[in-house]
Amino acid sequence: MKTADKKTKVVGHKREEWIYTDIVKDHFFHPRNIFATEKEAETYKKNADGTGQIGSPACGDIMEMYIKVDKKNNTIKECKWRTFGCASAIASTSILSEMVIGMKLSEAKKITPLDIVKALGGLPARKIHCSVLGDQALRAAIDDYERRRKERDKSTPIKI
Amino acid sequence: MNTTKKEIYLDHASTTYVRPEVVQAMLPFFEQKFGNPSSLHRLGLEAKSAVDESRQKIASILNCKPNEIIFTGGGTESINLALKGVALLKGKGHIITSTIEHPAVLNTCAWLEKKGFSVTYLNVDDEGLISIKELEKAIQKDTILISIMYANNEIGTIEPIVEIGKIARKHKVLFHTDACQAAGALELDVNKLGVDLMTINSSKIYGPKGMGLLYKRAEIKLEPLIHGGGQEAGARSGTENVAGIVGLATALELAQKESATENKRLIQLRDYLINNTLKKIPKSFLNGHPTKRLPNNVNISFLDVEGESIMLYLNEYGVYVSTGSACSSQKLQISHVLNAIGLKHDAAHGSIRFTLGKRTTKADINYVLKVLPPIIDSLRKISPVKVKMSEIREKMGEKNENC
Repeated sequence: MKTADKKTKVVGHKREEWIYTDIVKDHFFHPRNIFATEKEAETYKKNADGTGQIGSPACGDIMEMYIKVDKKNNTIKECKWRTFGCASAIASTSILSEMVIGMKLSEAKKITPLDIVKALGGLPARKIHCSVLGDQALRAAIDDYERRRKERDKSTPIKI
Repeated sequence: MNTTKKEIYLDHASTTYVRPEVVQAMLPFFEQKFGNPSSLHRLGLEAKSAVDESRQKIASILNCKPNEIIFTGGGTESINLALKGVALLKGKGHIITSTIEHPAVLNTCAWLEKKGFSVTYLNVDDEGLISIKELEKAIQKDTILISIMYANNEIGTIEPIVEIGKIARKHKVLFHTDACQAAGALELDVNKLGVDLMTINSSKIYGPKGMGLLYKRAEIKLEPLIHGGGQEAGARSGTENVAGIVGLATALELAQKESATENKRLIQLRDYLINNTLKKIPKSFLNGHPTKRLPNNVNISFLDVEGESIMLYLNEYGVYVSTGSACSSQKLQISHVLNAIGLKHDAAHGSIRFTLGKRTTKADINYVLKVLPPIIDSLRKISPVKVKMSEIREKMGEKNENC
């Protein structure tokens, strides 16, 4: 594997660099927190506490995130994902899934695309808009979890 | 990741290496025979005779007169000269082209539209062919030019050039063809083809970059784009790129000589790659025409995965290809060609173009066939998209939404 040029670590540089950072390459070629099989994905989806999806085929990037929550202290216990997209889309979802495990839901909701780009050591400028959508997928998953919890709370009789 | 030193270049439609015979032919014209063909001393005459000889060689391949060849700085310039050259001299009128042309044609047409010309962009069918009927219907009283590519650079489809030429002659409209991808593989006799103008690029036929030519039938007048010392009979001023011209002539001559055997070899390899890829990898399909196809072009879509990702994985294995995916383009839009053949975004994003060349061997193809299936498999595992093979094309009237 070639070592990425240090200069490419700039965010928003003008030249169309084709080279990704070593961190991007590492996550692209060795994605974390993924499913081993299609079957595992389907089972996990059913048992996840929250799921979120973002993107469209037109943009060429679609991301799905699934979380399991530690209800006692409101932290993310597990985070798995699936992404259709280019190297930066795959790497950004992969690194996000690592970042949020053990994180409080309130904190995880505050993650921005820039946080993800920084964690990746930078991305080519034109890739940021389309490929860093993971934060939105994650927020959707957290919202899904919170909505489900509220509904559950409503349906359970209140103990007096 | 398994890194290996093996390098397999399957991107010959982007550009080719310069073949050693061409380099050898060019070398004397840098340091020794460096004269300006316009100079009247011995060095000038020496350079001029090299240019004349090259022009003669090319003329005999194209079956035209030497003075019908204009040397230019490449395919894009030749196309600009043909389209703008005809249009600007006429002043106004209508042009017919297709939706799958190279950006050099499409963007020149767009510019001409801004200058007041009208342009009809002919649609193509699912395999990338234009319809001769549609073409004839599109001809108007004020149509000045038809520009249809000989063979498509992305999907390899070969257009019915001879039929187009007949229609053009019948209606007395000029016909230009962009033969950048066809040169070296297909018939280039301008009389057999019935073309009035034809663009050829050196850097796709194992010649040097920055070199091209425009064939222009003697009777046709063009408005030049570059004014100056009046070289190339006033059609393209500027001191001749003597080494480049010699390189182009040598490359074209060699390609012509070898094309019959080389085409046969490439078609075998091409079909071997197509058939085995489609057999080994489920949910994959060929883009373009199965037989009216350039001998070296393979363009396959892999559903549920994205092309740039496939490309980068292949790159890691030393296999160099290109993709029609939006993510790889400057404008982040899917290939206009794949869009024109009706592919949905999901299907177009996963397209990979392999273009074989002189040095491509069966062992290279076998290597690709070995590394590609696990790549597609691992990318599919992490993909949430599941497109059905029956849903790859847009239905009538349905339009691809924009990002």
